[in-house]
Amino acid sequence: MALLSKKDTNLILDPLADNNPITIQVLGICSALAITAELQASVVMAISVLFVLGVGNVVISLLRNIIPTKIRIIVQLIVVATLVIIVDQVLKAFAYELSKTLSVFVGLIITNCIIMGRFEAFALGNGPWKAFLDGIGNALGYGIILIIVGFFRELLGSGTLFGFKVFGDPVSKTGLYATGYENNGFMIIPPAALIVVGIIIWVQRSRNRALIEEN
Amino acid sequence: MAFNKENNSYTIIFAAIMVIVVGSILAYLASALSGKIKENERFEKQQNILYAMGVNENKDEGSVNFVPTDKVEAEFSKYITEQLLISGDQITKNDEAYLIDLKKQIAAIKKGESAELPLFIGEKEGKKYYIIPMYGKGLWDAIWGFIALNENMVVQGVYFDHKAETPGLGANIKQRYFMDDFAGESLLNNGQFKGITVAKGNNDPVNNTKDDNEVDALAGATITGNGVSAMIRESVNLYKDYLETIRVN
Repeated sequence: MALLSKKDTNLILDPLADNNPITIQVLGICSALAITAELQASVVMAISVLFVLGVGNVVISLLRNIIPTKIRIIVQLIVVATLVIIVDQVLKAFAYELSKTLSVFVGLIITNCIIMGRFEAFALGNGPWKAFLDGIGNALGYGIILIIVGFFRELLGSGTLFGFKVFGDPVSKTGLYATGYENNGFMIIPPAALIVVGIIIWVQRSRNRALIEEN
Repeated sequence: MAFNKENNSYTIIFAAIMVIVVGSILAYLASALSGKIKENERFEKQQNILYAMGVNENKDEGSVNFVPTDKVEAEFSKYITEQLLISGDQITKNDEAYLIDLKKQIAAIKKGESAELPLFIGEKEGKKYYIIPMYGKGLWDAIWGFIALNENMVVQGVYFDHKAETPGLGANIKQRYFMDDFAGESLLNNGQFKGITVAKGNNDPVNNTKDDNEVDALAGATITGNGVSAMIRESVNLYKDYLETIRVN
């Protein structure tokens, strides 16, 4: 028997493309705009969300039959906040350098609408294993877009990738800069992320016309 | 199901139990880890102070490398020769001055109460460094740092840090390419205290001009940059009287 049934595989693969949280469900746009000026920040955020969404979905799914309907949003919020604080405190004690890098992301993770969106839409109605796969799948789908956007913004905006100078030195005019190339400062500011995400949505929908909404 | 999830008393009981469970987990974790976290924070402060006076493991270019945590206490007592607390005209020595929370002292000054301002004197290769802690506001939250000066208020080195500036933009105030620009700039202009301004479009991206009281700004981080300018001006201003007493020319 395969490790994952076909249905389970789809839970992971669907959010990567045809049901992507950012480009199709339009969840988590705020963080996609805010932190994608550098590739490294995109990767860190993607990994953090992978952890919180995977574990959070399981916790909510386990509690799904006893959570009172009236206060379910508050319960979801508390689960996310608790998870994030636990991770933050443990890192502060045992991996202080890493926690400094991540501290900026803590607030962004708690308020990330992908997390609440998946709790509400999936974990409350499905078993823990399925919820776990859904969490992983959606976090990966989110991460892919973040990394694509981060790649183009850092490359075109700063001429670097992971801080490594790809195009040469813009100040002393070496490499590509010797030919008169200039960094595009617009790519660094948040509106550029909106444009890159827009282009991704455009490409995705022209390749798969079934995704185009009728109105 | 045996119970009714819509029931009000069930909702209240569930909420109460959840608060107790979550509260105890977090309280237990906080008290179990607080010693370790406090120690990490203490080491970090020592690392930051040493970094500003140039005691670090930086390579020629690239990332910020502090003195490693296992050596930092020894290095700190070796290089930091004096720690002072300045309260009005009173100057006292205190070996735990670096643990003082500058935020509280600045708040006290704003309320008109007396405050104790820490200042660290470091000595490296026969040269003296006067290291001043700074605290200010960025775009989203607090920014802070240390600035090392010589007798004539010329910057020898800085360290900046922040709580929640935007990654990739304002967060880059703690990158070498920003901090390194400050070294050599003077806080004085024609003998008068002026500070250093993080300036856009000063046509000096590699910071060749050291006497203009300006360093090149970070693209996309105007408000954080303005916060850094204000932080340096306001924080160093608190020490102006002391700095005048040590001035050589």
